[in-house]
Parts: sequence; structure tokens; C-alpha cells
Amino acid sequence: MPRLTINGKEIEVPAGTNLIEAAQLVGVEVPHYCYHPGLSIVGQCRLCMVDIEKFPKPQIACNTVATDGMVVSTETERVRETRRSVMEWHLVNHPLDCPVCDQAGECYLQIYYMKHGLYDPRMTDEKVHKPKAVPIGPHVILDAERCILCSRCVRYCDEITGTGELGIFNRGDHSEIGLFPGTVLDNKYSGNVIDICPVGALTDRDFRFQVRVWYLDTAKSICNGCARGCNIELHTSQRRTHHNQGRRIARIKPRQNPEVNRWWICDAGRYGFKWMDDDRRLTTPRRREGERQVEATWESVLAALADALRRRRPEEIGILASPQLSNEDLFVLRRIADHLGVTQRDFDVPPHEPGDEDDFLIRADKNPNRRGAEVIGLAPPPGGLDGRGILAAAAEKRITLLWVLHHDLLSSAWPAADVRAALAGAETLVFQGPTGGDAAGRAHLVLPSAAYAEREGTFTNFQGRVQRFRTALPPVGEALPDWDILVRLGRDLGVAEPLFLAGRAEHVFRQLAATVPAFAGLSYRSVGDGGQLVADPV
Amino acid sequence: MAEMILTRNFERPDCHTLGGYRETGGYTAWPKALGMEPAAITEEVKKSNLRGLGGAAFPTGVKWGFVPKGSTAPKYLVINADEGEPGTFKDRYLLEKNPHGLIEGMLIAARAIGSELGFVYIRGEYVEPWRIFSEAVREAYAAGLLGTDIQGSGANFDIIIHRGAGAYICGEETGLLSSLEGKKGWPKIKPPFPAVKGAFGHPTIVNNVETISCVPHIIARGAEWFASLGTKTQGGTRIYSMSGHVVKPGIVEAPAGVMLRALIYEHCGGIANGRRLKAVIPGGSSSAVLTADEIDVGMDPDSLQKKGSMIGSAGVIVMDDTVSMPEAFMVLTRFYAHESCGQCTPCRETTGWIHKMACRIVEGRGRKEDLDTILDVSRRAGGTTICAFYDGAVGPYISFVEKFREEFEAMIRTGAHA
Repeated sequence: MPRLTINGKEIEVPAGTNLIEAAQLVGVEVPHYCYHPGLSIVGQCRLCMVDIEKFPKPQIACNTVATDGMVVSTETERVRETRRSVMEWHLVNHPLDCPVCDQAGECYLQIYYMKHGLYDPRMTDEKVHKPKAVPIGPHVILDAERCILCSRCVRYCDEITGTGELGIFNRGDHSEIGLFPGTVLDNKYSGNVIDICPVGALTDRDFRFQVRVWYLDTAKSICNGCARGCNIELHTSQRRTHHNQGRRIARIKPRQNPEVNRWWICDAGRYGFKWMDDDRRLTTPRRREGERQVEATWESVLAALADALRRRRPEEIGILASPQLSNEDLFVLRRIADHLGVTQRDFDVPPHEPGDEDDFLIRADKNPNRRGAEVIGLAPPPGGLDGRGILAAAAEKRITLLWVLHHDLLSSAWPAADVRAALAGAETLVFQGPTGGDAAGRAHLVLPSAAYAEREGTFTNFQGRVQRFRTALPPVGEALPDWDILVRLGRDLGVAEPLFLAGRAEHVFRQLAATVPAFAGLSYRSVGDGGQLVADPV
Repeated sequence: MAEMILTRNFERPDCHTLGGYRETGGYTAWPKALGMEPAAITEEVKKSNLRGLGGAAFPTGVKWGFVPKGSTAPKYLVINADEGEPGTFKDRYLLEKNPHGLIEGMLIAARAIGSELGFVYIRGEYVEPWRIFSEAVREAYAAGLLGTDIQGSGANFDIIIHRGAGAYICGEETGLLSSLEGKKGWPKIKPPFPAVKGAFGHPTIVNNVETISCVPHIIARGAEWFASLGTKTQGGTRIYSMSGHVVKPGIVEAPAGVMLRALIYEHCGGIANGRRLKAVIPGGSSSAVLTADEIDVGMDPDSLQKKGSMIGSAGVIVMDDTVSMPEAFMVLTRFYAHESCGQCTPCRETTGWIHKMACRIVEGRGRKEDLDTILDVSRRAGGTTICAFYDGAVGPYISFVEKFREEFEAMIRTGAHA
């Protein structure tokens, strides 16, 4: 392991570490555009110059591997001057249209100009004009004048997706990013080019002109779109509520996790948030009176549900839990089922179409927490009934209380006639979830759940990695986190366990970790931002 | 007049044919080289003081020595025939009139570096040189001088001819390799150097046409003889491409280190039309311009470096007193702006910017700060780029403005030509 000195600080780094990475390890930022840890090194932007002892002139840090005894300085006068110059050249043909550019506020031309530029502009001639506002795919729009030709997007399409849609055409200062003839930037991961573009050249068609980034709030979260559980940031517009066309969630950005999704997310995940601001959301508890549903209070619907559960023998109750629920939700639900003695419980409802899958990030299982549901034990125990069995028993009125959580059963692979018969057969149909499916419309009791962005919790991904998601927004209307609904219900049922005093998801997680062996030793703190594997994940 | 080597047979009508080449002693160095250990060939070339004649003047034998020893990967010999340096046209003559000299040189060089496959990357506009060289390669194959088990020696060597598509940057060693690989002709970042990881990821030696054409003579007549022809640090003769306002423009073969004044006044008959000499570009457009007072200089890397210029490709452009230096400057800035590949920022952005300033000056809209901006920008950007293209552009950028500043200033002041 080479040992080197950077700005007077000694550090030992793994062999092969370049000087940008080595500097990061001692807390020194070497400004750069073309370098990206997930892509090949090209040395094109020339911004990452550093001084190295015994070298006659500054060298690019990205293509210099740390060697033993190397003495590096990132802040000599010569390096500062070079950086200032390189910033000037990057901006020679830049249109400086920050007031109408979505990237403003998170643009590395702005950031580095303020940090490393601050020169007086000398370029007074006509700038080179290039195509502007060109949609190059369903999600991405190109402004070639803003582009600094760092080639990150080109390398991304060549090296990460292998789809090769983008190239750099023409020469000299007429060089421009563009699509190869006959192609469209329409791969399953196209949105990532927006994130890696350090400037406003590639922006998001969905986010375009919706919110100024400085009005956004950020929460660390986990994508609920499939079993991988890509680490994401939810960006919300809550300060200027008239922006973003009144929607609260403005965009999703990937959050780096080397074990899960590296720097990337798929487009399905990136744009799969609209439902949370949708008017199909269930916002108030409801109960059925005759043929129609009326709004009700939480107290009344939970009391009614507790009463309905208590009045029945365990075999008259069927519970369809969901792998969309968090570990916390599933744990409280499992305790309630155990308390009631219900063995007719399952979580697995097959999708109508098998999910798409690839060898990169996307998993066929479109649920974020199947592993959690398995480990926490929501599958039917021996002698219990599985999902189809519950459906049949409800249709035959052996099960008289059917409690469906999150599932839209009519869009599943189960025959619609069987589903309808079960929903019609149940004397008491309970639906709990954030949006209403067919079951919600027919339910006797409707319990509105907070969406994952509106609460905190953990999912266990297909690798067995427990990952935290944080609250980005308050729940819509009167919706509550599922664990909270279930804790309240448990109290109404009179379950005398400390779990049912939980006031926060973390309290539930503590009980989960103390009870379920696979979660032993885990805490919100230990899970942190990067996640933690359950015991025996394979 | 000194001995001619490369051009000695150029007057023979059949000098481009296998028969003509053989009659004048061709293909006698190759059997000799076959009897030598590869390392001994490299050693001989080192001792000859042969230096790269494409422009960089890097010692050829030393370059060959950079191929990793004991590597089992295929090794490639690539001939740079993408002659594009403004003012340079020597390789064109060599391809047309001495194609077998290049082939024989390639055979010997390939043996030295352990290569069985050579590429010749010919400038796209060089249609006739390509046609003639291709015919020579066909002749060599037919005569068993190329292919497998060459003349029963067990040696294998094939030549693939690749035509460029019209980009100056493809004459840059690694830009050429990118282009050869079928990619955009963008130079590669170094390290790795081509000798370690070149064409298609394998060890590759890239040499200029003229450089390799010297090799058979070195092997045939010995390193000491070759070294004695030139200066202490550069052996042999070389072909000077003489253009501009001289009485007899064209190619001139003369020893490395010949005096520039002798080239202009003895070899080329002096300045045409009785005009006065104003300036000379000594080594292709990328070398710093010399004033009429600076031509008492040897045409070798060391002597010209002392004068702040370089020998480059030995393309000599002679300008008489009718030339407007700001206009000549503008033409050069246009070339570099047009030919910058656009890969790395300093070159991409400042070649265009400097050209815009040069245009304004010539159009009578110059500003007094333009000259200092040109000097400052080119000094700052020099040495910051991926390849040597920009450092080449800096040669004229700085030397024109510094040496002819008064002429530029007068034009800016009056908005008119002197």
C-alpha cells in the first residue's frame, strides 16, 4: 500500500488509487469534471491539476496513480492559476444562461467558478452556437451550448449500459454531444446521464422548469420499485407549494451505495413517484354504511376493526399482508396475527405480468420487502392457508373477515372471478393501504396508509440488506404509517406488549431486533445510510 | 554537395518498382538484418543517432527499446504516413518514389521489435502515394518479401494499409492509433504509452515514413557511417520540404543540421522575384517563426531549440516582405482552430478564441488588449493538454505576436494593413 503526502498530510492508500481519490481520503477536494469514479479515466477536462514533487509542471490527478513517497500539493500558486485558467476556458463558449437553466444552484460551473475561477472575463467575441433544448430521449433534454464536453454521458452509455447512443460530433470548439443517427436515448437507465452531467447540458424533461433546486428539501430514502432497494434521495417541493404544479415530490436522485446500486438507478424507479401525489390516494379512514362509504375517525374504524376481529374465531379471519410493507409494519402485523391466532395469512400475490429483470439493477420482483416478509414470518405457517386458499375460503364464507393490505388483487395474476367472489363473500372486508384498489372500493373499513415517502422505516432487499428510508413529507390527509395503524389497533385489541406502546418506527425496530433472530444486533444506528445484512442473508 | 541517401534514385523512372529498387541495391539490408539478433538491430539504430523525422525528434532506437521485454502479446509496427503538418510534403515523395525502401525498413524494424503485423496509416488526401505504395506492397507479396515464412527465413510480416479521412490530429501518434482502431481520432492520455499499450491494446511502435526509410541504409552501411552524416545528436540526412517565396521550392535532401541560410540561398536559389526575406517557419507550422536575422542556425533539434523554435517535420516556409504577418498568423490560427480535435478543454476552447481575435485584428477591429490576451492565454494553455497539438499551436501564437508585434499593433491602431 503506497504511502504519500497530500498537502502535508500523510496517508496510506490502496494500490491503484488515483490522486483525486487519495485526496478525498484526507478530506481534500480536487475539482474535476470528466473524472467519475464509475467511469473510465479520460483526462479531458484538465481541471484536476495538482503539483507533484519532482514533476516540472502540474499533472492531472485523475490519471496519476498514487505511488510510495509521492508528495502532492493541490494548493500551490501554480495549481490555483492553472485551475483559474481552465475555468476560464470551460466558460469561453458557455452561454451563461443560468437564470433559465434548471442546473443553476447545483451546477459545477457555478460552484467551481466561485471557488476556483473569479477571474474577469476576457472573451468578448461571439460564442459558438449549438443546438439547444433538444429532446434526445423520453427523459433527457440536451442543451449543447451548455455542455463542457466532459464525455461522462458518452462513457456512461458505452461502459455502463452498453447501449452507446451518444457520441461527440465535429471538432474543436464546434464539438458537440449528440445521438448517433437513428438512435434515441431510451434505455432503462437513461436518467443517470442527467445526474452525472456536471452542468446544465443534460437536464430532466420531467423536472424541467418545475422547481428551483434551492427550494427543494431532501430525504434519504429507498426506492420501493423492486427488490433491489436502490438507495435514493427524495427531493420535495414544500416551500413554494405552487411550484411543481402543486405536487410535493419533485424528483428522485440516486444515492451512492457500492453494495446495492453504486451511483445509478433505473428510469422506472426515478420516475415512479407520481402516485404519491395522485388523487387516488386514500386520505381519510372510511367505513361502509349500506352501499356507500363514509368518512370516519381513526378511533371509530380501529375500534370497529378490533371488535370485528375479537368477535371471530381465528379461522374466520384471513390476512393478506404485502411485501410493500416495511419490516416494522410486518412485525407489528405478525404480532397481531399471533395474538389472534390467525394462521390464514400470506403476503405473496403474484403479479399479472412477470416483472422485467436484467443483470444490472432491475429485479423481477417489484416489491421492496419480500425478504423482510419472509424473515418476519408472514408466510402461512404449517396448517395455515396461503393467498389462494384465503381467497377460496372467503368466497366460501369460511373466512368472514378478509383484511387486505396494499394489494390491488384485481390487477394480480389471480383470476378476477375468484377475487371478486372473495371480496363479495367476506362479511367484513378491510382494506389498508396508501391507494385504493378494487378492495378499497368495496371495503367495509378503509385504513389509509402513509406512502413510503411520508414516513420512516426499513426494507430488506433481495440480498438480505436492511435499509432505512426517512421521512420526506408529512402523510396526506389523515393517513398514518402502517406500523402506527397496527400499533393503535393492537392497543384496541388489548394486547399487553411493550411493542404496542411504540411511538416511532425505531421503537418497533428495537422490538423486532430483540425478537426475530435474523435481525439480532441491528439498530437504526447500525443500519445507518448504507444498510446492514440480516444474519445469514443467504 | 553532400551524399544523398533517401532521394538518390528519385530521378530513375522505375525507382518506385521492385525492379528499380533492387537494381539500386534495395532489399540487401533485409537479409543482413535477418542475420542479426533483434536487440543488435535496435542497438545499431541507437548508435546511428537516427531520430524521429515526423516532428518529435525522439531517438528511434530508444523508442524501440520501450517495447516490454518478454511480452507474448502481439506487437504492432505502425507507420505514420498521415503527413499533415503545414509546409511538409517529404513523406509524399518517399511513398511515391521509394515505397520499397519503406517496406524494407518496416521488415527490419519489425524484426527489431518482434512484430509480425505492420500498419501504414496514409493521409486520406494522398491518393497517388497510396496507389503507388499499395502497388509496391503487392509486388513485395508477390516476390515473397511479405507474408509468412519470408524467403524461407521463418520470419512473418504482413502490412495493412489504412487511409485516413482528413484530420490533422490523426497524425498525432495516439490520435492515429484511435483512428486506426476505428474510433474518433482522439489522442489518448499517457501513460500508458503506445510501446506498452498501443493499437488495439497491444505494444505498438509508431514511426514516421522517413524515419523507417532510413533504416535499411543504417543496416546496410553501418551506424557509424550514418551518424557521421549529421550532427553529434542526430545522424543522417533528411528531406527538407521547401515552400514559399524561394526561387526553387520543393524537397531538398541535406544533412541533419544543415544551415537554414544555406537551404534557402544555396539549395533553393534564394528569395524569388528579388524580394527581401521577412520570416521563415523552419519546421512545419507548429515551429516558432524566425525573423530574417535568425536564419544562421543549424537545422537540427538542438540548434533550433536554442533559438526558441524547433526542427519539427523540417517543413520550411519562407516568407518575403510582401507577407502580412497578422494575415499569415490568422491563417495559422484558422488551421489550429479547425484541426483541434476538441477532446480536451484548453485546446478546444482557446484555439477558437485566439482565431476569433486574429480575425478581428485582420478585419481592422482589433483591440489593444488582444495581443496580450493571445500571449497570456497561449502561455497558460501550453503544456496543459493531452497531446502535443496545442504546444505546436503555441509556437506560432507566441512567436508571431512577439517577433512582429509592431506590425500587429500598427494594424490594430490603424485598422489597416501595413
